[in-house]
Amino acid sequence: MTNEDLKIYLDQNFPEATITEGPQYIEMTVNPAVLIETASKLKKSTETQFDYLICLTGVDYPDCFGIIYHIESTKFRHTMVLKVKTADRIEPAIDTLTEVWQTAKYHEREVYDLLGVKFNNHTDLRRLFLEDGWGFPLRKDYVDEVRIIQR
Amino acid sequence: MSEIKEILINSDNLETDEYSVNMGPQHPSTHGVLRLLVTLEGEKVLNVKPYIGYIHSGIEKMCESLAYNQIIHLTDRMDYLSAHMNNEAVCLCVENALQVEVPDRVKYIRTIMDELMRISSHQLWWSAYGMDMGAQTALFYGMRDREMILDIFEETFGARITLNYNTPGGVMFDIHPNFQKRVKDFIKYFRKILPEYDRLLSGNIIFTERTKNNGFLTVEDAIAYGVTGPSGRASGFSCDVRKHHPYSAYPFVKFNEILATEGDTYARYYCRILEMYESLNIIEQLIDNIPEGDYAVKLKGVVKLPEGEYYQRVETSKGDFGVFIVSDGKKNPYRVKFRSPGFSNLFALNSMVKGYKIADLIAIMGSLDLVIPDIDR
Amino acid sequence: MGFNLYDFTNFTHNLHLWFFENMSTGWATTVEWLLVGVIYLAIVALLGLFLIYVERKVCAAFQQRIGPNRVGPWGLIQTVADFIKMMMKELITPRQVDRFLYNLAPYIIIVCMFLTMAALPFAPGLQGLDFDIGVFYLSAISSISVIGILLAGWSSNNKYSLIGGIRSGAQIISYELSISMSLITMVIMAGTMQFSGIVEGQRDLWFIFKGHIPAFIAFVVFIIAGTAETNRGPFDLAEAESELTAGFHTEYSGIKFGLFYVGEFVNMFIISAVAATVFFGGWMPLHFPGFDAFNNVMDLIPPIVWFFLKSFAIVILIMWFKWSFPRLRIDQILTLEWKYLLPINMFNIILMTVIVLTKFHF
Repeated sequence: MTNEDLKIYLDQNFPEATITEGPQYIEMTVNPAVLIETASKLKKSTETQFDYLICLTGVDYPDCFGIIYHIESTKFRHTMVLKVKTADRIEPAIDTLTEVWQTAKYHEREVYDLLGVKFNNHTDLRRLFLEDGWGFPLRKDYVDEVRIIQR
Repeated sequence: MSEIKEILINSDNLETDEYSVNMGPQHPSTHGVLRLLVTLEGEKVLNVKPYIGYIHSGIEKMCESLAYNQIIHLTDRMDYLSAHMNNEAVCLCVENALQVEVPDRVKYIRTIMDELMRISSHQLWWSAYGMDMGAQTALFYGMRDREMILDIFEETFGARITLNYNTPGGVMFDIHPNFQKRVKDFIKYFRKILPEYDRLLSGNIIFTERTKNNGFLTVEDAIAYGVTGPSGRASGFSCDVRKHHPYSAYPFVKFNEILATEGDTYARYYCRILEMYESLNIIEQLIDNIPEGDYAVKLKGVVKLPEGEYYQRVETSKGDFGVFIVSDGKKNPYRVKFRSPGFSNLFALNSMVKGYKIADLIAIMGSLDLVIPDIDR
Repeated sequence: MGFNLYDFTNFTHNLHLWFFENMSTGWATTVEWLLVGVIYLAIVALLGLFLIYVERKVCAAFQQRIGPNRVGPWGLIQTVADFIKMMMKELITPRQVDRFLYNLAPYIIIVCMFLTMAALPFAPGLQGLDFDIGVFYLSAISSISVIGILLAGWSSNNKYSLIGGIRSGAQIISYELSISMSLITMVIMAGTMQFSGIVEGQRDLWFIFKGHIPAFIAFVVFIIAGTAETNRGPFDLAEAESELTAGFHTEYSGIKFGLFYVGEFVNMFIISAVAATVFFGGWMPLHFPGFDAFNNVMDLIPPIVWFFLKSFAIVILIMWFKWSFPRLRIDQILTLEWKYLLPINMFNIILMTVIVLTKFHF
């Protein structure tokens, strides 16, 4: 489906989500509470069949944490962006999408490691690159006197 | 007999036969610093747990304090065997965000370089794979031929692997006058040599016995784990970015996407050999027709992307490499994320290896073509 | 003293008599023993060093490199330099190894190597032990060297060495069967187990030509089993660096490792020498029945040169295997022996018996 058709489809099926048109893909921002349901629906519905999770990114926006999923359908070859945001900076938590896309298991570990966003019901949420007790380097307020040179 | 076994297994004070062995970060076969905790029962592998992070350099964090044309130097170091393709991803992302159209000459040069790097990456993989399997002569044959490509790179670009040739807007300088002739000579030479690779390894019965019928990856698993590149295509997952979302000069060339259906180690091996042939075909179509023109579009001194989020995909020799840039209008990016193919490919290893033997673990891991700095970033 | 390059029988006999005339019996026997011992030590040492050099040069040739060429003319002294270095290395003994067995293991292998070397016919009259059960003796002694490998793996107190040692042990025990059975095939052809008798029986034509098909099959099986016996070539899973373990000799350092290493090469030479003796005539020059002029020309080359030429040809063949083929997995190695080579051998023995009884050979 082209971007316009996709936008129409998404407008119809996900009325509460915020759907914008980014520079390349349609971006849909959903409430964290309905994340799993939305993702499953996007994967299973016959018009979209988004079965390939390309990239899972965690971003530390100025006001909230955002998790951005780039998904693609191997059948129809359309791509879209799914976003969730959580404003909680003390204990940010999002539902895990391992049941929907298995590769999310490890990408979520990376986001937990570098940003500190926990994922509920994740079977193996441990740090991936860094040791336990390290801070969360990708956060904008991460300070490290020894290893980071502030210009 | 089986009832006795049931009773024994279910009782608590019977020691099971499993034991864990560490393929530590230093190991000749892991091609980098990767630690695998292998749980074995006798010779059979029950579980493989990868531990990464030994070479994590914080590239994504570093990019947040650099300008866009400085990020390119960091992308080289991730998957250093497809350095040019990583550079190209960032350049394309920036150029698409600025909506700058590069001249055709740049597109042709970039694509020729892509394919040459792809061949050299597969050559190195083939050499290392033969050596892991025990045919140490394969190492020397592959490296001997790879030296020809690296010499071409050195003459034109000054470096052998980490080229830094791409820059947003085009390339750094024009190609050397000898470049076209040397590449054509190389193609002629390599076409005669590739069948030798087949005779040495692919047709050898010892090799086929060790690689066929193990390490199966079904196409559903490949899509679920996001295994792309030749590893995914060997299972039937059609994921070639060059075909589905073409960039640079790929719309102008005809080539086949190499797909296989078996999904075993031999299929992954053979897909890469066939990809080398396809790369030769692509270069042949392009090398004589490089259009004249500028080698770069002059961008402003300080590049600032408009606010928004941009994603660019390229097909490196390992798979689907993606660059995700979140920009807030300033001269440094707000967040850069690199979607590395090795990361997704590695974590499919556990499902491929279960039930096979330790020697098969080496074969299967080699066939995934992992480059650890790509995984760790 | 009757030194004849073509036939050492008179020379050794005269030397033996000279000793017994000039010294008392006790001294003479002792001096003879010492002399034979020193000669064999020298042969083994020189052979070991030279074979390592040959391996490096042959390997380089296959890999389009040059190999050692700096130390001495054509790099000939390279191995000597390596050995001096190895002798100067510290002997690191891990703390909880079984001391006695750990030190004993390399020596078992070396002793078995000497015992088998003694039975080889280098030239007419130049053979250490000439039993009438020569072939049987050889198989028996080479079976003892398995103990050395198993001891090395076990006493190292290291999980990986144990795995490597047990794998090697299983492999060697399996392939001994194939070696013995192919030798038996040729014994049927020769009619005697005595090595000098086997070589004499090839005076008119080498056994591999005489016993056409079954002899050729026996040769192929012998070479495959021989490379597996010595843990070489495509069968070197137990000591491969890119697998999980470094094999049974992980914990050995310095000269002890050197003993294992040289032992491997000299064992390879012994296998080649046995193949050369039993299939290709040992020190017997190439004769074709009826071509007397040709035979006379062939006789001009001294037998000892023939022996070494043939052995080295087979050694280079075995080295060729190692550098061309990938490695087999342990279960594939054992499958090859028990499911393929053993039935082939049994069938071959029957075939050879039929051919010998019906005199359907050259």
